[in-house]
Amino acid sequence: MTVLHWATISPFLLAILIPFLYKYARPIHTGWFVLVLPLVLFIYFIRFLPVTSDGGVIEYSVPWVPSLGINFTVYLDGLSLLFALLISGIGTLVVLYSIYYLSKKTEQLNNFYVYLLMFMGAMFGVVLSDNLIVLYVFWELTSLASSLLISYWFHREKSTYGAQKSMLITVFGGLSMLGGFSLLYVMTGTFSIREIIASVDLVTTSTLFLPAMLLILLGAFTKSAQFPFHIWLPDAMEAPTPVSAYLHSATMVKAGIYLVARLTPVFGGSAEWFWILTIVGITTLCWGSISAVRQKDLKSILAFSTISQLGLIMCLLGLGSASLYYGFETETALFFTTATLAAVFHLINHATFKGSLFMTAGIIDHETGTRDIRKLGGLMTIMPITFTISLIGLASMAGLPPFNGFLSKEMFFTGLLRASELTIFNMPTWGILLIVLAWVASVFTFVYCMVMFFKTFTGKFKPENYDVHVHEAPIGMLISPIVLGSLVVIFGLFPNLLAYTLIEPAMAAILPNLLAENQVFHVDIYHWHGFNTELFMTLGVVLIGTFIFLMMKKWSKMAIYLKERDPLNWFYDHSLSGLISGSQFVTRIQMTGLLRDYFVYMCVFMILLFGYTMYRYNAFAIDTVNVTGIDPFMWVITIMFIASTLVIPFINHRITAIIVVGVIGFLLALLFVVFRAPDLALTQLLVETVTVVLFMLAFYHLPELRKESFKPRFNIVNLLISIAVGGLVTVIALSSAALGNEANFESIAEYFIQNSKELAGGYNMVNVILVDFRGLDTLLEVLVLGIAALGVVALIKLRMTGREDV
Amino acid sequence: MKKQIKSNDVMLHTLTRVVTFIILAFSVYLFFAGHNNPGGGFIGGLMTASALLLMYLGFDVKSMKKALPFNYTSMIAIGLLIAIATGVSSMLFGYPFLTQFFEYYQLPILGETELTTALPFDLGVYLVVVGIALTIILTIAEDDA
Repeated sequence: MTVLHWATISPFLLAILIPFLYKYARPIHTGWFVLVLPLVLFIYFIRFLPVTSDGGVIEYSVPWVPSLGINFTVYLDGLSLLFALLISGIGTLVVLYSIYYLSKKTEQLNNFYVYLLMFMGAMFGVVLSDNLIVLYVFWELTSLASSLLISYWFHREKSTYGAQKSMLITVFGGLSMLGGFSLLYVMTGTFSIREIIASVDLVTTSTLFLPAMLLILLGAFTKSAQFPFHIWLPDAMEAPTPVSAYLHSATMVKAGIYLVARLTPVFGGSAEWFWILTIVGITTLCWGSISAVRQKDLKSILAFSTISQLGLIMCLLGLGSASLYYGFETETALFFTTATLAAVFHLINHATFKGSLFMTAGIIDHETGTRDIRKLGGLMTIMPITFTISLIGLASMAGLPPFNGFLSKEMFFTGLLRASELTIFNMPTWGILLIVLAWVASVFTFVYCMVMFFKTFTGKFKPENYDVHVHEAPIGMLISPIVLGSLVVIFGLFPNLLAYTLIEPAMAAILPNLLAENQVFHVDIYHWHGFNTELFMTLGVVLIGTFIFLMMKKWSKMAIYLKERDPLNWFYDHSLSGLISGSQFVTRIQMTGLLRDYFVYMCVFMILLFGYTMYRYNAFAIDTVNVTGIDPFMWVITIMFIASTLVIPFINHRITAIIVVGVIGFLLALLFVVFRAPDLALTQLLVETVTVVLFMLAFYHLPELRKESFKPRFNIVNLLISIAVGGLVTVIALSSAALGNEANFESIAEYFIQNSKELAGGYNMVNVILVDFRGLDTLLEVLVLGIAALGVVALIKLRMTGREDV
Repeated sequence: MKKQIKSNDVMLHTLTRVVTFIILAFSVYLFFAGHNNPGGGFIGGLMTASALLLMYLGFDVKSMKKALPFNYTSMIAIGLLIAIATGVSSMLFGYPFLTQFFEYYQLPILGETELTTALPFDLGVYLVVVGIALTIILTIAEDDA
């Protein structure tokens, strides 16, 4: 265990201590204890920047289950470090914010911080581990922690609904991802991402390539709220705002992005990967931005905005993966890496501005008591600091200069335009559609940013809309959004601060093997790049967006605007209730509670199974060679036997049925006599006698009221099943006799015949077998009889006296 | 309320007295003959049980209890113990469980006789069978709930 290992799991260790800190240090807000950890980790991870920016990687391994190739390997390169810094950095700010957001008097802080730390540790595990199984374990822990945090106010119905939904969707994806990982293991024989990338040829040539890719992408898409799995994210907004800011904008939803980026070297370069990522990304982008416009709740707008921005990043990763197609034609390949650059850059930008926006939304909620944009308005002068931060965040999200969102949006357009020049993957045909869709989505992004801004901060302040006295938030609550807002401005004004420290190493991790020795990606982000297509597209976005916003009075009357909930929820809700009613339906058919139905199932199953097996292996065989002449005496007995058996179903009186059963028993004894089995015949006679006595006793004890002679109901299905079972057993018996003769096995009977006298000193071979050769069987049968007798005694003598509970 | 007239089953009683001994003797014969002729512990036990059942039918349960003060439930346990003990005893001499032995002895009166450990084993079986048959039938018959 190295320091890096300890750093990864340190949140879990602290989480163990939290309940004690909460209990024994009540006067101090528990958050202060928590705050130290992400801060220390942030500083710790910052120290690795020089290592990764020089292209170095750090790898330590601790065996966990070495026999299965599962090792806790921490691996730090540009991409992991970027995520680790996001998690610890934004983690610090979120914890600080939560200290002021959650009251120590009314909230269960121990739960909150345990869950939050659990989540943080799991997230570190996801981004730092090199082993796919370890990654999966941490991945599911993030799902679990996320659900716990969403249902933090578990007494609210909406919270538990949201938690269940996010759990079901992300765990569904997680499990299919596990399937994908297993397929990768099947292909390469290792769980280590490094080694899989090293033996990527095995993957690309395998027939399992596509299934593995689809399964893993399912995991990434559900986690990162991609279309159509995005529906859990808006419902996750029931969580406390610090949680939304941390999990549902900056970190957890980017786990899928991380996974896609991490596995780009494995799957990238194929047309499927390119198209799936691009199409899903662009669909999510458009769907999210158009849905966000319809929302009335600040956090819902932000949720759909997050969905849309994640779609953007996903789309960019897809576009960037095209460069891997060109492989070592470095010149061509590098031309298309702009998309990857934009993805990484936007990843950072989105974390900064979306974090700050969630925090300001939380402040507005906290200080006014509502998040509904129809009630809010005129907060500009009352909450000036919140207003300023929101303005910066929204402008950046809308893609306005001089903030960082503008830069990443320009690069998004650049990436798209360059990708449309690709001559592979049918791009010449479909590329233009991508550009149009992206542009439309940008327009809507601009619109919802304007809606959010103008509805909240401008207009007339109406004090009657609020239950509380509205005022600016305390300074402690404002620190975190101020820091994030400043980062938005700093990264906007000096984007190249990040260029070779974070972005270039991350790109090198996403697109390895593309660079020659000592070569680096050229990262140069600047605001002014002349009058080119991208600039005109942005101008168009602003103009059309403003136009749409100004016409809001008109279109906001349209029916679709009023439909707040995502229409895809219909499918989720209906499939969930359909699942329940469907399984109830099946259960009602199958579990009738009637023994006769279960018996029918068993018989039918037996018929099908045996019948199919005999058919499948062509096992029908009838052998007449060994059939010797049948004695007329046997004919008589057999006919009587069959006749009395056939009579039984038609007997209407129980007592007659008992007698006929006795007759069958005596006929059976007679058969034994004919077949020269005196012991069996004797036993059969005596047992039959005793059984009939017992039957009569049981008949005598039938309850008075229901003592009715009944006619067995005739049922054609039962008749058919009975005939089928009988026929099948007959056929099996005949076939096995015939096949047995064919196989010509030597019977063990010879041995008993020869050795009965010499070895056991008895001439009655049956008895010798019973007591000597196979005495254990007899011993246990006698035991069975004893148990049956005790059972009868217990059933009859130890009757319950009514009120006793079982 | 009618007074129940107690019937006097002279024929049944007399016949039972005679027949029972014959059946019992036959059952003992079956039991001992088992090793070389049809019969054995199971059949002998069932035969004894039917003899006893006949006595229960002929006479009432109360006087039967006086005449045959057996506890049939413990008879099952004793039978099982005997059967297991014969099995275990072979282990004491280092043979596998339930190894049976036999030897011919010259006994007074009987002449050359074969003695085998299968016999106590069969005795266990015999006791269990008698015990269970009577336990079950008497328990059900006595039940008046």
